[in-house]
Amino acid sequence: MDINRRNFMKSLGFAGVALTVGKSHGAEKKPEGETEFYGMLYDSTLCMGCQNCEFTCAETHGLEEPEDEPEAGVVRKTNQNRRTVINCYETSQGEAYIKQQCMHCNIPACDTACLTQAMHKTKKAPVIWREDKCMGCRYCMISCPFDSPKFEYGSTNPKIVKCTMCADRLREGKKPACAENCPMGAITFGKRRDLIKEARKRIHDDPEYYHNHIYGEHEAGGTGWLYIAGVPMNELGFDTNIRKKSYPALTKGFIGAIAPVDILLPGALLGIYAATKSPKEEEE
Amino acid sequence: MKEKANTLYPQRKINGTVGFLLNELKPKGKIFTVFNMISLPIMLVGIVLIYIRFSQGLGAVTNLTQQVPWGLWIGFDVVTGVAFAGGAYVLAFLVYILNLKKFKPILRVTILNGFLAYLFYSGALLLDLGRPTSVINVIIGNNFGVSSVMFLVGWHFLLYMLALLLEFSPAIAEWLNAKKAHRILSAATLGAVIFGITLSVLHQSGIGALFLMAEDKIHPLWHNSYMPLMFVVSSIFGGIALVIIEGSISRKVFSSQYDESHDHKSILHGLARICAGGMFLYLVMTVLVFIHEQNAVYLSTTWGAWYLVEILGFVFVPMLLFCQSCIKPNQIVIKIAAVMTLLGILLNRMNVSIIAFRWDAAEAYVPSWQEFIVTLTIIFIEIWVFRWIVRRMPVIRKSPDWAKDKH
Repeated sequence: MDINRRNFMKSLGFAGVALTVGKSHGAEKKPEGETEFYGMLYDSTLCMGCQNCEFTCAETHGLEEPEDEPEAGVVRKTNQNRRTVINCYETSQGEAYIKQQCMHCNIPACDTACLTQAMHKTKKAPVIWREDKCMGCRYCMISCPFDSPKFEYGSTNPKIVKCTMCADRLREGKKPACAENCPMGAITFGKRRDLIKEARKRIHDDPEYYHNHIYGEHEAGGTGWLYIAGVPMNELGFDTNIRKKSYPALTKGFIGAIAPVDILLPGALLGIYAATKSPKEEEE
Repeated sequence: MKEKANTLYPQRKINGTVGFLLNELKPKGKIFTVFNMISLPIMLVGIVLIYIRFSQGLGAVTNLTQQVPWGLWIGFDVVTGVAFAGGAYVLAFLVYILNLKKFKPILRVTILNGFLAYLFYSGALLLDLGRPTSVINVIIGNNFGVSSVMFLVGWHFLLYMLALLLEFSPAIAEWLNAKKAHRILSAATLGAVIFGITLSVLHQSGIGALFLMAEDKIHPLWHNSYMPLMFVVSSIFGGIALVIIEGSISRKVFSSQYDESHDHKSILHGLARICAGGMFLYLVMTVLVFIHEQNAVYLSTTWGAWYLVEILGFVFVPMLLFCQSCIKPNQIVIKIAAVMTLLGILLNRMNVSIIAFRWDAAEAYVPSWQEFIVTLTIIFIEIWVFRWIVRRMPVIRKSPDWAKDKH
């Protein structure tokens, strides 16, 4: 193609227009290739502790139905038969309920820790466990700051059990079971970005009622589950001093140092070997 | 436990290799020794417990909880055991890289010890894995979790085991009288040593790095971002302390294998110096980390006292003893210091992986008696195999004449 001055200026103009248009669109549309995670927003102020989420979770995943009820002063925990629990806490604003399950971190410690990638952060959001890869080393449990993965100690072919954000249902285009079946609308499923906006709106509209903090927006580098409540989250059994950056960042430096050491150290050792070799040996 | 003077080299039978190997399988020492009488029943119980573990799951024999998923089998057998086996790479460095011939007489036995330690620790690791058959996934790439510290540790661990086997293989060739194989294997030693040291530095530090993400779970006195470095440095003197203890026991048990030219004293003093230097370096780093992490606030707590017991009682005091023996050599002092050093390493690794892990948990993890028995079983099996090999191959005793001028 023969490019003359006029055509060149013309194409430059088009490119300029395209750039500005592209930019203005970019603010609305997500850039190509960047994944947008889904998430769950849990509003403690709406939750009445009816345990519907627990029952529907047990039914969906074929687990035992819960037999105990949330009670202030008793901390119920998730375990190999229970992927989510509702707890009741006596707070400065009276009794409040809180739901617990895997937080589905944006950059999960368990995913990084797993040496076979059995723990896997999917593109949509759920952190899932893949049975065909796991060797049961439980390093995910060591690494998870929320102690989410649970292990079947009583089994000869144990599984790692935790909330999967109903990854199978998401694939079918359905909502996670707990979000669909919450009678109080305390659990909202949606794009994580939209949920943060929604949470901000709720806090903004009723600043007296809500404590001004979205737990999970920055905690552990951002989590899939987002929490808003009437009181600070440490009154509801959550660690508020948790890292605001992702946990895998803690091992990044070490992982990065491996290749240089593997490559440079043998050379250095060989150098020392050559230097310390006695003259007698060299003659031989 | 003293062994009667053996024939120095196995007598070759006319009926070939098979007959030779069958003959070698027979016990060579006394059968009714105190050690055998204690270890045998424990090993039998241990094997039953291992069977129960595989037929009923980990929960049947261990006290592991959902909050403390790694117990004695990882905390002692793997995390502590790997540090104790550090002597193999340090001695290989001294003898082959720094060309310090003085330590050569104890090199082979240390390499063997290291290799067996790794072999049995990985065995302990398999016991602890919930789905042990899937361990193959790491090797065949289903999938390669390259961002995982555990992946690095696993691969470096595995390759180092091969390097150790290669470093030890000339002894096997000498035992089998395989001259050609001996020549080839000896030629590969230097390569194995160089890669072995590299692999060691990385997996020793990797074991510290395993706990980096457990930032909120380990008591701040034991968790810091320098853990990988601290673990490598402590593995140097921890490994050497084990070499000192193992050497003094071997000298009694296998006394007939040592000859006149073995300068035990001079070796021991050299090792004591390395320990003193390594521990001084470790203490300086510990103090720097302590100040940097602003840990002084914890000192007034019970955990602070426990920390001081570890650092002062089992690093500082043995370091002083090692230093003293540098000035005025005393074998007893060196041995006491070595035992204390080993206890210090044990305390440190147990604190990081078990005791100070989830220190705030409502229900603390205490290992079950079954976990202890299985751990002892693994150690005893290792010692039995070690003894079997030492009595047959030229490990402590000198190589046969045809192999002398080589490595």
